[in-house]
Amino acid sequence: MTEAGNRAHSGWRAIARRARAFARGAGAVDRSLWPFLFIISLFALMALLSPWIAPADPLRQNLLGRLAPPLSEIRGVFHLLGTDELGRDIASRIVYGARVSLAVAFLSVLLSGAAGATLGMLAAYRRGLIETLVMRLVDVFLSIPAILLAIITVAVLGPGLWNVVLVLALTRWPRYARVAYGQTLSIAGRPFLQYADYVGASTRRQILVHILPNIVGALIVVATLEFGLMVLFEAGLSFLGLGVQPPTPSWGGMLSVGKDYVASAWWLAAAPGLCLFLLVLAVNVVGDRLSDQFELRVR
Amino acid sequence: MPGFFIKRLLHSLIALFGTVTLVFFVQRLAGDPTLLLAPEGATAEDIERLRSALGLDRSVLVQYLDYLSSLARFDFGRSLAQQVPVSEILLPPQPYTLALAGGALLVALCLGLPVGGVIALRAGSATAKLLTGLVLAGQSMPTFWSGILLILLFAVTLGWLPSSGAETATSIILPALSLGFLSMATFARVTRNAVLNELGKAYVRTARSKGLSEWLIFRRHLLRNSAIPIVTIAAIELANLLAGAVIVETVFAWPGLGQLTVQAINARDFPVVQAVVLLGGAVAIALNLIADLLYSSIDPRIRIQRAAP
Repeated sequence: MTEAGNRAHSGWRAIARRARAFARGAGAVDRSLWPFLFIISLFALMALLSPWIAPADPLRQNLLGRLAPPLSEIRGVFHLLGTDELGRDIASRIVYGARVSLAVAFLSVLLSGAAGATLGMLAAYRRGLIETLVMRLVDVFLSIPAILLAIITVAVLGPGLWNVVLVLALTRWPRYARVAYGQTLSIAGRPFLQYADYVGASTRRQILVHILPNIVGALIVVATLEFGLMVLFEAGLSFLGLGVQPPTPSWGGMLSVGKDYVASAWWLAAAPGLCLFLLVLAVNVVGDRLSDQFELRVR
Repeated sequence: MPGFFIKRLLHSLIALFGTVTLVFFVQRLAGDPTLLLAPEGATAEDIERLRSALGLDRSVLVQYLDYLSSLARFDFGRSLAQQVPVSEILLPPQPYTLALAGGALLVALCLGLPVGGVIALRAGSATAKLLTGLVLAGQSMPTFWSGILLILLFAVTLGWLPSSGAETATSIILPALSLGFLSMATFARVTRNAVLNELGKAYVRTARSKGLSEWLIFRRHLLRNSAIPIVTIAAIELANLLAGAVIVETVFAWPGLGQLTVQAINARDFPVVQAVVLLGGAVAIALNLIADLLYSSIDPRIRIQRAAP
């Protein structure tokens, strides 16, 4: 292989070129994905701009105006989605809840992805003892149902937003490690890696400049599918009272209260549940399409 | 076969050992585990007394060996909240969780197999697209929301089924539906892929040329040959259903292990939480082993391939 060919294989410039081509093609190819991308952007905007979008203070109680149905007006204040058991505006809590959901999912994906990918690439690149250690550890982590592992860790560390991020990262890194490991092995021994080895590139350089750009696509697919799962995990933990703690608004926490009022005030559970469902559905559809595009079987 | 069996069994034992070790060290993530085990409102002296009573003032290695030896005797310690051995507390909820997971598996199989089959056989049709949407929806539906919706429809509005508890025989229907709907998506996916995989093969063409109806081809030929991945997934999925029961049991106040765990966490009864997680891990590892062994006994090709070094 020529040197130019080598450069095309490794290096981030090639990735940028491919990403641009992908973006150009995306509009034409995936018309059907638009509604889902729209939903994701909508929630992202909600999370980023919550103080400006939210119609009211999500923590402000009004015990006289509690459990007001959607579209009702209390003392001149309009409540689009009604009020909850403490008279707080549900629409505002939904907007701020998006911030919690997306922040936890984003941070935990970033953390577990970085840790898992690094360990996976190292294991495949260095082989030997580190390979055995890392991959055995991955096997152990993946053999316990993730929700149980998350529950025991949160029981130890205590609830709270940052602990949930930590717990999810700790629970989910093996998934990235396994994919990074497999993908790195599949390109091991290719000419551009041999070449980098001959000219004396350090381990760090080889991993960051030569291996990572070639497996980053697969990692992004896994990260997308994991993102939906992390949103569900955070909501699940908060639903059980082990995640984000009240009064901070989170969709899972809102559902947990809504469950108790299902017979008398259905709107408490309806809005957070619908948002959760739509966000996860949109992320899953996009993730599925991406994994088809990369022809990956990561599930 | 024996070689493959022994190798696979050894892997499971290593995984089990790893799980036990992982749980031990997770307890020490926050520093001193005595604080986890101390009841609420304990004074510094109480904590000190508890530390020496539980042997937590010894070296970590000694504690670890002690922990291993008591687990080997199936001794999970004593519940702090109820002052009885944890194994006694763990027994009564087990049939409830097993019944719930079994019911959910039944729901998932009864829905997932035909849905996956139709998506594969009628690819491109409006029905297939509708069902694909249903599968995606099922996969994205958190059980704690589908559960609330089911309660709203069948218990509150229609009044057909009880909304919570386990007093009557019909109580299991709603929680099993809620849990099973999530797992239906997995079965539909696997069935679709397996059937698509088989569809192009020569025996299907032969069956078609004999004039067999599509339904007969699906039932008698395709389903049997697609059974291998489906059976494997069923065993692994059962482990997921047992773990997923934690949340569903909370929604429906179903008196199983999941509800016990959440109550134990809130009561800071750590030995109970630890025992449930160990039990769940062990069951998951066992089911994975069973899946692998089933896989190789249904399809001798796998056995021969894997026995070769």
